[in-house]
Amino acid sequence: MAKAVLMQGNEAVVEGAIAAGMRFFAGYPITPSTEIAEQCALRLPQEGGTFIQMEDEISSMAAVLGASAAGVKSMTATSGPGFSLKQENIGYGAMAEIPCVIVDVQRSGPSTGLPTSPSQADYMQARWGTHGDHPVIALSPSSVAETYTLIIRAFNLSEKYRTPVIFLMDEIVGHLREGVTLPRANDLVINQRKSSFKDGANKFAYFVPEGEYVPAMKPFGKGERYNITGLVHDRSGFPTNNSQEAATLCTRLMEKIDKNADDIIRVEEYQMDDADTAIICFGGTTRSAKHAVNEARAAGKKVGLFRPITVWPFPEKQLAKWLGQVKKLLVVEHNYGQMLLEVQRCAAGQAEIDFLGRINGTVITPADIAEKL
Amino acid sequence: MPSDLIHEYMRIDHLPHIWCAGCGNGTIMRDVAVALDELITDPEFALTRDQVVIVSGIGCSSRAAGYMDFNSIHTTHGRAIAFATGIKLANPRLEVIVLTGDGDASAIGGNHLIHAARRNIGLTVICFDNLIYGMTGGQYSPVTPHGDKATTAPYGNVDRPFDVAKLAEGAGASYTARGDIYHVRETIDIIKQGIKHKGFSLIDVYSTCPTYYGRKNKKGEAVDMLKWQKENLIPVSKYYTLSEQAKEGKLVIGPLHHSNYPEYSAEYAKIIEACKEAKKGK
Repeated sequence: MAKAVLMQGNEAVVEGAIAAGMRFFAGYPITPSTEIAEQCALRLPQEGGTFIQMEDEISSMAAVLGASAAGVKSMTATSGPGFSLKQENIGYGAMAEIPCVIVDVQRSGPSTGLPTSPSQADYMQARWGTHGDHPVIALSPSSVAETYTLIIRAFNLSEKYRTPVIFLMDEIVGHLREGVTLPRANDLVINQRKSSFKDGANKFAYFVPEGEYVPAMKPFGKGERYNITGLVHDRSGFPTNNSQEAATLCTRLMEKIDKNADDIIRVEEYQMDDADTAIICFGGTTRSAKHAVNEARAAGKKVGLFRPITVWPFPEKQLAKWLGQVKKLLVVEHNYGQMLLEVQRCAAGQAEIDFLGRINGTVITPADIAEKL
Repeated sequence: MPSDLIHEYMRIDHLPHIWCAGCGNGTIMRDVAVALDELITDPEFALTRDQVVIVSGIGCSSRAAGYMDFNSIHTTHGRAIAFATGIKLANPRLEVIVLTGDGDASAIGGNHLIHAARRNIGLTVICFDNLIYGMTGGQYSPVTPHGDKATTAPYGNVDRPFDVAKLAEGAGASYTARGDIYHVRETIDIIKQGIKHKGFSLIDVYSTCPTYYGRKNKKGEAVDMLKWQKENLIPVSKYYTLSEQAKEGKLVIGPLHHSNYPEYSAEYAKIIEACKEAKKGK
């Protein structure tokens, strides 16, 4: 029987990542994510892995991509200001298809903002922060226990789809300490990247078989000499200006996520079966929202909760399922209405949409939500 | 035998290269290939081709990575050394060589250059130093001499230039050297020494850019720029025999600085080993 332990959200990121096989971390100190770097510095060499504190956020992201290209599962962690600095190289990871996980423990902005206060204002930055157009996978945990299992899923999706995955935490969960019972190592499913290409058409580094979307990946140093670039490239991995090749690549990058949305998307549906009102929220905000649902239910109101665990791609199909039954959607998030825009896109005209948001450094309470119901 | 070298170490399908006529970058790329060939075929050094990773940034220089038939990664502007740091630490067995330019390495990537030098991580950084931003059409870089012209310095460059080799040495690089495209054998030798050296190596190689730097500054054609290198860049063996008067206006090339400070990934490996021992002891 696994033992219950008291653990902080930021610690759970590290332990879960190590369980997923992460053996390289590069980072730069930034509140409220710093405990992740500290814990990696302590724990990684114990597991035969490597921690490095880089000179800045940009180089941390670059080192993570380099380490992953050399065959090691890699991670970095940051908060809003650092997340902005990492964006160019996150885009490089998407284009060159280098798996890695970027943890963003969101804090209150804009700019330096309120560094130790909760916020969920990087929701759109997670999706649209890089230049150019490419899809993004972003996951957001709402408890310490979920942080542990979800960071493993972040690595699994990253390896499976050869893409950077954003782990969108917030200060609430990052700094929360909870008792958790960790799953046993044998019960975990761990994906490894598909890593063979050799004969015939497979000799091309970015060769993708008919009907598939993700090329195999060989680490540097294992006998498959190939080229990686952020330029538009053909299936051999070399730059090309050919518009047909450009369309093939950019379309495949979009489709590899879009066509696999059902595999990628996970939601939590709480008390939804007979709900006529649904709270929509993600991450740490869920804790107050659940409390509000329980209180509303105790008062006889039919309130449920719909929570994207995969926040990007937005679970539009999963939300659509409820749109005949649910008459009112209350979007609650620690920003001025970012996921709200997605809800409006998917549900406008089909349900009344209300919003509760806040950026003042304090947490939205169950009472705040109850007032809106 | 240059043709053999091309077939062995270049990606023929991706040639000819994009560099202008008279550009020195092709010569530097060839020097790197010769240096690697001599090390790969040297049974004592025991370097395999699969161990070699070529990492580049963005700019004229950085196209070299795609032409060279090794593991290669063409990264983002200025960040090649940071990518290379991750590669080296993920697999310290790899021989990681960074091909960069003066703008890529000392402007946008200057922070990574000095910190990699400070850590003394085992990378070999070869700076294709052509005194200008070539890819974007001739803007001044941090090494463009004071007073020289560039498209963004139409009245002459106000900035003072960096000496990239000295900058790296000051930051802690344990091997620095300077080469050029005229003194080919000397430049191949310092590249070899840089690769053999266990710590951080910075090799600043003067290239020629007749298209932008040369034209803007009336340096003549490619051959004139090469002649200038022949007359003014003096191998270290000869330089220190010259009188002070003869040294005037001349620059020294060859190995500049060398120390045996411990290499970063080897130091980190000791921490991993100590953690392993501590675990066993439990």
